[in-house]
Amino acid sequence: MATIDSLSSESETHDEHGHDHDHPAWLAHHFDTPEQQFDSGKLGIWLFLVTEVLFFSGMFCAYAMFRMLRPEVFEGCSQFLNTKLGAINTGVLLFSSLTMAWAVRCAQTEEYKKLVVMIASTLSCAMVFLGVKSIEYSHKWGMGLLPPGSYFYDEANPHPTAQQIVDQHGFSESAAYFLTHSLYFLCAPFLILLIGVAIWAVYSKVTDKQFQYACAKPLLVVCLSFFGGVGLGMILESGGGEHAVAHVDGEHAGDHGDADHAHADHSHDAPAEVAATHAVPAFDIESDDAAIELLAESELNTGARAMLEAKQAQAEMATGQIVAAGVEADLGIHRIEQDVQTKRQAGVFFGIYYCMTGVHAIHILGGIGVLVWLLIRSIRQDFNRQYFGPVDYVGLYWHLVDLIWIYLFPLLYLIR
Amino acid sequence: MSTSTISRDPGYPTDRENYLTNSSGILSWMFTLDHKRIGLMYLIGVMTAFAVGGLLALGIRLHLLDPEGWMFTGAEANNIYNQVFTLHGAIMVFLFIIPSVPAALGNFLVPVMLGAKDVAFPRLNLSSFYLWCFGAIFFVSALFSSGLDTGWTFYTPYSTTTDTSVILATLGAFILGFSSIFTGLNFIVTINTMRPPGMTWFKMPLFLWATYATSIIQVLATPVLGITLLLLIAERTMHVGIFDPEFNGDPVTYQHFFWFYSHPAVYIMILPAFGIISELISVHSHKHIFGYRFIAYSSIAIALLGFLVWGHHMFTSGMSSLTTIIFSALTFTVSVPSAIKVFNWLATMYKGSISLTTPMCYAISFIFLFTIGGLTGLFLGTLATDLHLHDTYFVVAHFHYVMVGGTLIAFLGGVFHWWPKMVGKMYNESHGRIASLLVFLGFNGTFLPQFVLGSRGMPRRYATYDPEFAFLHQMSTYGALLLGCGLLYAFIVLMLSLAKGRRAPANPWGGATLEWACTSPPPYYNFERPPVVGDPYDFHNIEWDAKEEKYISTEPERKLVPEETPGQVPAHH
Repeated sequence: MATIDSLSSESETHDEHGHDHDHPAWLAHHFDTPEQQFDSGKLGIWLFLVTEVLFFSGMFCAYAMFRMLRPEVFEGCSQFLNTKLGAINTGVLLFSSLTMAWAVRCAQTEEYKKLVVMIASTLSCAMVFLGVKSIEYSHKWGMGLLPPGSYFYDEANPHPTAQQIVDQHGFSESAAYFLTHSLYFLCAPFLILLIGVAIWAVYSKVTDKQFQYACAKPLLVVCLSFFGGVGLGMILESGGGEHAVAHVDGEHAGDHGDADHAHADHSHDAPAEVAATHAVPAFDIESDDAAIELLAESELNTGARAMLEAKQAQAEMATGQIVAAGVEADLGIHRIEQDVQTKRQAGVFFGIYYCMTGVHAIHILGGIGVLVWLLIRSIRQDFNRQYFGPVDYVGLYWHLVDLIWIYLFPLLYLIR
Repeated sequence: MSTSTISRDPGYPTDRENYLTNSSGILSWMFTLDHKRIGLMYLIGVMTAFAVGGLLALGIRLHLLDPEGWMFTGAEANNIYNQVFTLHGAIMVFLFIIPSVPAALGNFLVPVMLGAKDVAFPRLNLSSFYLWCFGAIFFVSALFSSGLDTGWTFYTPYSTTTDTSVILATLGAFILGFSSIFTGLNFIVTINTMRPPGMTWFKMPLFLWATYATSIIQVLATPVLGITLLLLIAERTMHVGIFDPEFNGDPVTYQHFFWFYSHPAVYIMILPAFGIISELISVHSHKHIFGYRFIAYSSIAIALLGFLVWGHHMFTSGMSSLTTIIFSALTFTVSVPSAIKVFNWLATMYKGSISLTTPMCYAISFIFLFTIGGLTGLFLGTLATDLHLHDTYFVVAHFHYVMVGGTLIAFLGGVFHWWPKMVGKMYNESHGRIASLLVFLGFNGTFLPQFVLGSRGMPRRYATYDPEFAFLHQMSTYGALLLGCGLLYAFIVLMLSLAKGRRAPANPWGGATLEWACTSPPPYYNFERPPVVGDPYDFHNIEWDAKEEKYISTEPERKLVPEETPGQVPAHH
């Protein structure tokens, strides 16, 4: 069996089932014709996809209801999601659907080399997706953007140390360690997998087991792609310096610097005790104010300095310094958005976010499992123009997983 | 029998052909892909679950023998009672009723009735059996860890706060859900793609129609239960704030999600029973089923309408009054296809030549009990009366009349009907009838008083009650004991048949569906070549052979035309 040579494997299968020549080895005994087997499989996988859609429908329902009940929570919180990473993952999945569909075609035309390449690229895309996802998850876990049971995000200190998590938020030390180092925990299983596959590849090369080597080689690439995804995610999540300019208090600078994120922080920057102390800095300076600030740094530019002073005075008045203490006169939209950032409000958004993306990620993992099985079978050259059902069925499943992400991305990341 | 007819009888299988004996050893059963063996293993499994659930039920009834509680004593008595009724409900629903007819009898019968060799996905079939086993293990471990006291519905917020093992039990139900989905998927594909040549949709036995309708519900509704339970587990472990009001969730959302599955699940339980009854009534009345198409379509109608009525479980949960009115109106529509079935069965029996065999006794009790169960449902579907009857023993009695008086009785009837086919032995007919009578009397003794209890205001799920209810409760308990005895009796009748029953002929009842055209028990390959398909309810050519005590199918001798043999050398040679 362990050979890539199609001729020898075919003769072997013929030996096993030599008694019945109009019933090929790949046709199950209870089916009369290949068409019947293919139709059954096709109907079966479509029904399975129906159950999958209904499985997700529960969560989409929950999303719709809570979005209807508390739209401001969803608007406020979706700004914490990194649109760039989401967009890249969308692209990756769409590309993997292309390679998957191409793989089905290759199985039909018996282009075995291309088939293996296509399935391996689909797998690699799945791994890149998971790599990016683990960056997104670990970043949020570190900030405490969690379901309401464990939500501890604090905008005064968005990136607490493990010790702070223990002291201020009452987590156990091991939980705090996990939250601050979650990326390592997420990567660990894949690292172990990578090392295992690498050892397998070397071993099968050394002992000259061609079939095993042929399997291990693409799998090695697949495992590496996960870390490619992690790297990509890291660059995008931490990169970009424009954030520091836009920000006045500069505390978060460089931590989460993409433009959307800056927006998010921008609108939620009001300190918690707005009404109580009135000690409000000019936190809501528009971007042209930043330019004025830059100009005013030069002592010669008196016009800009005067303008800045006037603006600051206006801002002080606007934030209520001239209003009597205790009157919440002008808090308006800020007040609402302020309230959004609580355990009980934002937590529900993140509860739904983790449920939906988590279950989707589990489906990606399941897809990876069946794709590896397909990869090995296609290296064994099991498929031919009459028997390509499994590739077709897995392809349909993969397209559904892709499709669900196509819905998740705008619903969670884009709609404001 | 005149000489101008030839009779057809498949005879008896050899040991090498018999699916029970063609291979031996425990592994040949554990890894079998044969749908008949899997069906038999399911049968043993669901019977075991039924025994456990039944003993828990007896525990409930014995506790209620006395107003202050009789069975469980001590400070924990009420907690134990809560756990016992919860596990009774959960085991009976998830481990027994849902898989009983579709998985046990359906697995055995669907391919044979189709003249196929196996279901479309035999490996998936075996894996659903093992999923069932894993689910059962989770339930048992919930029983032995810290119990479960939420009621089988796992309503939040209690289920997110109680310290009993909700997670184990919900994981069990989640896994059982997938077992059920895969079984349904398998049957839909099998019925769609593997019908033999000549069997059009309207030449299928009605059992297959019912199984098909059931499978549609299993595939469409069960995933919603899956995600609901998964979210409940997430709620308990991570507090995701969807169902738990403490974290801004909404408990009524949980109820909507839960009943969106669990009301259609009621039809997963009852539809296959309808299928069995359609077979039993027609075969044992030896008369063509009345209104075949109406029965077939009404199964599908029930399956679809069943998705629109879940709200009637929640009339008191605080939905808007418009919503409750709509749900109430939709609920009444379900009674139309159900009534169509009952009337068609009665019309089938009318002027039939009824043999009062054991399966027929069960079928007749089914019609009686299911009608009571269905009619009392109308009081619960009516908004005004439901507010009074909600969460009382009236509800308990109503759904037991449908689930036990309906599904269990039909299941028993089906087991007695196909027992000779499954194991190849005949049971003692008169003892079987006595057992069915005991079951009928015991069942009514248990649950008729509960209608009265409920309408007088006895709430369900209480461990103790006012002394004024004592007489009716005691009557119900004695009825339950009688019911238990009857079931045990029926079980013993079946077991004794294995030891000393007469060898079953291929067609002991005179059925015309395909399973009676192969030997009893069937050979492992079912049919050597696709069988001839006729009308499944045409009994004209089935005759009783008194000497051999079996039915044989006869057909008029076919004259070959032309009579004389042509010349030895064909003309075109």
